[in-house]
Amino acid sequence: MVASPQTVETIRALAGDYKYGFVTDIESELAPKGLNEETIRFISAKKQEPAWLLEWRLKAFRVWQQHQDHEPTWARVRYPKIDYQDIHYYAAPKSKDRPKSLDEVDPELLETYEKLGIPLREREALAGVAVDAVFDSISVATTFKDKLKEMGIIFCSISEAVREHPELVRKYLGSVVPYSDNFFATLNSAVFSDGSFVYVPPGVRCPMELSTYFRINARSSGQFERTLIIADKGSYVSYLEGCTAPMRDENQLHAAVVELVALEDAEIRYATVQNWYPGDKDGKGGIYNFVTKRGACRGARSRISWTQVETGSAITWKYPSVILQGDDSVGQFYSVAVTNNWQQADTGTKMIHIGRNTRSTIISKGISAGHGQNTYRGLVRVLPRAENARNYSQCDSLLIGPHCGGHTVPYIEVKNRSARVEHEATTSKIGEDQLFYCRQRGLSEEEAVAMIVNGFCREVLQKLPMEFAVEAQKLLGVSLEGSVG
Amino acid sequence: MLNIENLHVEVEGKEILRGVDLVLPAGEVHAVMGPNGSGKSTLAHVLAGHEGYNVTQGRILYRGHDLTAMEPEERAREGIFLAFQYPVEIPGVTNANFLKSAVNAVRKHRGEPELDAIEFLKLARDKLALLRMDEKLLSRAINIGFSGGEKKRNEIFQMAMLDPQLAVLDETDSGLDIDALQVVADGINALRRPGRSILMITHYQRLLNYVVPDWVHVLVRGRIVKSGGKELAQELEAKGYADMIKAAAA
Repeated sequence: MVASPQTVETIRALAGDYKYGFVTDIESELAPKGLNEETIRFISAKKQEPAWLLEWRLKAFRVWQQHQDHEPTWARVRYPKIDYQDIHYYAAPKSKDRPKSLDEVDPELLETYEKLGIPLREREALAGVAVDAVFDSISVATTFKDKLKEMGIIFCSISEAVREHPELVRKYLGSVVPYSDNFFATLNSAVFSDGSFVYVPPGVRCPMELSTYFRINARSSGQFERTLIIADKGSYVSYLEGCTAPMRDENQLHAAVVELVALEDAEIRYATVQNWYPGDKDGKGGIYNFVTKRGACRGARSRISWTQVETGSAITWKYPSVILQGDDSVGQFYSVAVTNNWQQADTGTKMIHIGRNTRSTIISKGISAGHGQNTYRGLVRVLPRAENARNYSQCDSLLIGPHCGGHTVPYIEVKNRSARVEHEATTSKIGEDQLFYCRQRGLSEEEAVAMIVNGFCREVLQKLPMEFAVEAQKLLGVSLEGSVG
Repeated sequence: MLNIENLHVEVEGKEILRGVDLVLPAGEVHAVMGPNGSGKSTLAHVLAGHEGYNVTQGRILYRGHDLTAMEPEERAREGIFLAFQYPVEIPGVTNANFLKSAVNAVRKHRGEPELDAIEFLKLARDKLALLRMDEKLLSRAINIGFSGGEKKRNEIFQMAMLDPQLAVLDETDSGLDIDALQVVADGINALRRPGRSILMITHYQRLLNYVVPDWVHVLVRGRIVKSGGKELAQELEAKGYADMIKAAAA
């Protein structure tokens, strides 16, 4: 399709206009650049951590040190070598003490959240959503905490959990993603700054969607969140994570770890809308996102589902996985990944069937535009003891324009003859005829693309909680603006 | 309403329309008939503004304005509707969602308030009742799994929803059995009204038995070679296009 000069103009205008590209001017308290034992002791001391946690971090660091020249290279992503010594591993908004209430929170910080549309103040909070906001490395405020407390639900920053509930943290931290797991998870274990902690006691159904908004701000500070969610026997929790980041010239590293533990009959739903700065139209800048997310269905009949809408970041390296240990446990992965301009995504999941009658579903929708490269990489592994394991995988790629790529790399390992594993994959293009049809009905080219893409992703978007589904639909349209022409 | 003057159109460097003149007054229904390859579908696409069709000479006046520089969506919002010969499938997008966006794009353009979900649904139900079509049409993905007849009916439903000034029906009768043809024809007749012009493009005369046109044009080798009243269609049906093709070639 030949781009009209107008379309080209539109692309330029939109590509230069990242809505959340602003920087809040708050004096950060930074750790010196570089990574060594001193840095880790500094972080641990700043956070007044117990000795066992410092020891755990140091163990991770030593493992990482041994492997520091062996960054994983198997993913289909290309980026300049990261200088791990040129990063600040700790940045905190400067304040003498942690704020006790929102009134004590820096007004400029609150304004930043306003711009991002985060309803931090309780009275402004969306009905049913509690917000644990992470600004750079420190959680500044938590809402709805009291209400949750009445039900015995713990929802706080992981730093606070280390102080207030050390027995829970010590028991579960690293139990799903060990500190030696992989290059980036090991790095995170050594230097993680903050993140969220959730514990839902037995039989309790969490009455609201728990939600965290992440934001990377201080210059050159990598961000290393650590999130731990435990659903005790027969409990239920739904967790939402949404991200935006300010515009940056230099690339920023992000290596988060999320661990989920579901005990007998428990259910965890984890949904992400990721909209970090993807870099400009020439591929300059953007976030490098190397995330390890994994859930363990430890108990019988437990369920974990991951739903993600990934539209941001220059590099996405992310495989939210489920270890199906408990008999009759269920793992689900629903994903939409968009790569536009020069974005690269290598994302998928791992479903590890260990228990009997375990079931997993994988629905992946990859959308590539511009020069974007989008890879689905997924593993379905059925171990010998996993009688009657079932998996259904569906991986669809949608291509927009002639310069992008969509790739599907499924790995299937079956060690039990009773297993049934299905894999379906399709690749399609947005047709010129589809666009013309929509435009003939009065829709602009951009509206048409957004509509066709939303149709393509429908099965996944339906899995998102209502308030996120609307946001995600808009986001898909915005992410692909200017992609046709 | 529509005034086509000496229109020349190229597709991939090849001249398909070679000086079409056609006047379609407001409120009238005209048929354009012609043999295969005469340029009928090209005429439909060029009216709708398809990018693959280059106007090299002449102009298309729609309500006094030259259309040739307008984008397809602008033409649609100005009230031009094309019922496609081959309606396109769009997976995962319901007719309701699609049409709500389309109707509101047109309303916005006209300076009218956009319809909310409830108002839209009421309008859609009224139109479905008028056309005697099933409400299930709304919740189905656009043309996915539709039979040929259902696709054509869906085009007529969309036309009813978008309330155009000028409707161009491109071979809306093709591929329909006699029952489906009747349903589609009833739909078109239900949408005839003063002020709305309809251009029916067809190869066969049979649609014209159900939707009786005010005027018939015969398109051969990229030119209108003959125009006349509805009896011209019957004449063509009896004699075929052979004489006219010969005359045009001479």
